[in-house]
Amino acid sequence: MFAYIVRRAAYAIPILIGVNLLTFYLFFVVNSPDDMARLHLGVKRVTPEAIEKWKAERGYNKPLLYNEAVSGSERFTKTIFFEKSVKLFAFDFGYSDDGRDISHDIAQRMVPSLAIAIPSLLVGLLINISFAMLLAFFRGTYVDVSGVILCVALMSVSAMFYIIGGQFLLGKLLRLMPISGYDGGVDAIKFLVLPVIIGVVSGIGSSTRLYRSFFLEEAGKDFIRTARAKGLKESRVLFRHLLANAMIPIVTGVVVILPLLFMGSLLLESFFAVPGLGSYTIDAINRQDFAIVRAMVFLGSVLYIIGLILVDVAYTVVDPRVRLS
Amino acid sequence: MIMPVILWTDALIFLLVAIVTGFALYARGKPHLRAPWHHVMCSRLGSMAVVILCAYIIIGLLDSLHYRPAIENSDASAETHYAVEVLSVLDVLVGPLRTRTEKTYSAPFATQLFSRETVQHPDGSQTRKYPRLEYGGRHLENPAADARADILQRSGIALTQTLAAGLAVLLLITLWQARRRQLAFMASLRDILARRTAVPWLIILITLSVLLLLTFLAINLATAYHVLGTDKVGEDVFYQTLKSIRTGLVIGTLTTLIMLPFAIFMGILAGYARGWIDDLIQYLYTTLNSIPGILLIAAAILMLQVYMANHPDAFETTLERADIRLLFLCIILGITSWTGLCRLLRGESLKLREAEYIQAATAFGVRHSKIISRHILPNVMHIVLITVVLDFSGLVLAEAVLSYVGVGVDPTMNSWGNMINSARLEMAREPVVWWSLLAAFLFMFTLVLAANLFSDAVRDAFDPRLRQR
Repeated sequence: MFAYIVRRAAYAIPILIGVNLLTFYLFFVVNSPDDMARLHLGVKRVTPEAIEKWKAERGYNKPLLYNEAVSGSERFTKTIFFEKSVKLFAFDFGYSDDGRDISHDIAQRMVPSLAIAIPSLLVGLLINISFAMLLAFFRGTYVDVSGVILCVALMSVSAMFYIIGGQFLLGKLLRLMPISGYDGGVDAIKFLVLPVIIGVVSGIGSSTRLYRSFFLEEAGKDFIRTARAKGLKESRVLFRHLLANAMIPIVTGVVVILPLLFMGSLLLESFFAVPGLGSYTIDAINRQDFAIVRAMVFLGSVLYIIGLILVDVAYTVVDPRVRLS
Repeated sequence: MIMPVILWTDALIFLLVAIVTGFALYARGKPHLRAPWHHVMCSRLGSMAVVILCAYIIIGLLDSLHYRPAIENSDASAETHYAVEVLSVLDVLVGPLRTRTEKTYSAPFATQLFSRETVQHPDGSQTRKYPRLEYGGRHLENPAADARADILQRSGIALTQTLAAGLAVLLLITLWQARRRQLAFMASLRDILARRTAVPWLIILITLSVLLLLTFLAINLATAYHVLGTDKVGEDVFYQTLKSIRTGLVIGTLTTLIMLPFAIFMGILAGYARGWIDDLIQYLYTTLNSIPGILLIAAAILMLQVYMANHPDAFETTLERADIRLLFLCIILGITSWTGLCRLLRGESLKLREAEYIQAATAFGVRHSKIISRHILPNVMHIVLITVVLDFSGLVLAEAVLSYVGVGVDPTMNSWGNMINSARLEMAREPVVWWSLLAAFLFMFTLVLAANLFSDAVRDAFDPRLRQR
């Protein structure tokens, strides 16, 4: 198992190199630093000196791949590619275009992101699994049919409507909780309730439907019939036999997104003005701060690959029939 | 005189229509290709969804026939010039909706502006009141008293028209069914009304009648009022939502059209060829997949913006600019979304290449290209179809999110995402301006719901695993 994980981690390296090359190509070759400078300084009234100054302040004034002006190994290290892309591998994200330390920002913003993501995930799982089991229990009846149609209707609503509607209804009309904002410490809870509720509600439709299909898949299998034939109570069949087996795909589906929880939710965080990584990303896109976008791309890829490895491990844990080789 | 304009997305839409029509003609004589589609039409929710989707598609297609009108010129001999504004056939059909703009916000069916204004009287005194709308309810002498009766009267007319049209449709369906199944007219009618037909004609008829009612209501009311109010600059919200339909459909369909050849080719190749080709393609899609989609899209759209800023004269009209951006968005969405289908196809091809009929074909010395096109491709098409239909609703929803982040369609283009984006701030106003959001919600929800129901029906009909149950 350990050897397997090491091998999978080694397999991640070429992928990260690929991601890195792609982002380097997109941000520095297709879109030259000159273009970036012009975009930031405004197209009009921009002098070559201003561009040079902007580039020099941010370290974009070096050659892309090979520096002829210096000697030795510095020919490769005093380049944009080395300083901006290779250093990402050491999780050295450098400074954003307006001069802030990206690593520090990321570390600080991870907490609010997780404060929304983890409760949403747990509450959501509990609710979705309960609903899915309910529908599976009533399979074939009107409860099931109308429940599934309701799920389809719920998943047809854009997440934006859930957020705007929730803010309007719970925040503005009923005045139950603040519409947006964030505070450190225990005070954060009152700001977090609304985003978590909306995060959970917006996911109910699709997840319940998916989990219901997992339950039905297992419900048609022989061991369920055997359990009933043995005369077990329906509740015991449901919880001991059905739930335990349907949890396999559910758990693996959750594990794959676990690392990505760190990235936060783009929409929730920006609508509720929570200073997490999701709103950080959106702000960076809006301010066209490419340094942050590059850092987030790299971080996202790393977390995605970690998720893939975790899933393989999770399979062996929840399903003893699976062996890694 | 008009000058037809074919935008890039228009051309691709026509290509898509041609492909679908071609396939329909091809499948007509082939029972095994027709059967699953018949199955789709036989499910109640499926047939309902098909009718609704058709209505959306018709509006979208009408909105895709673009032209530039000629500028009126008193000098007949002079060369005709064309307006920079690009219109579509839909603009002609809805006629006054486009041009009748008010000063600012007005509520649905209102006859007055939403906010008070200072009015200067001839004698120099000033009062603050809600001014009459320029167009909404203009035909009324005394709007406060007459509006309600007028709206009811117009709705009544719409209802009668719907009844007449609905009966006509029922008559046509009955006649057609009677001829096809060689039944007496009354027997056929009884079958339809008692829901004894394989295709649920009664449900189709009811759905159609609801759509007809909405259409007639729109025709009767929207010509006299702003049925969904007006937005900040006084544009009719109903017109905006109608125009947004095309944007939503384009994103939902063209994205798949663009990524499809790529995904099919790579997926089958990886599964069929195996070895280093398989490794390479797997590496490619894992790498692409691991980049957060929204960041890749943002990076690409920012690139396009830089390109457009540097080449301002490459586009003649603002619509062409917006159109290129829409197409680019479709392409980049396609790049980020082909990986799922590719992985599915790879797995299926891996399985298929071990199947006996493929082994037999290999033993006979059939060329690889022939095996792929004749034996593998037809047997993975159901996966392709299911994925395409399933992806559609997700892409329509994604447009709204992307527009919010600022990397979606052009801000000048009518789209639900842009409408929601501006409505966000309107909800914080006091009193609330709710109609833009409601309009976008209704139209988007109906489309996505219909698409979801349709995809369920398609999956039930085409997935062999589900069919056996």
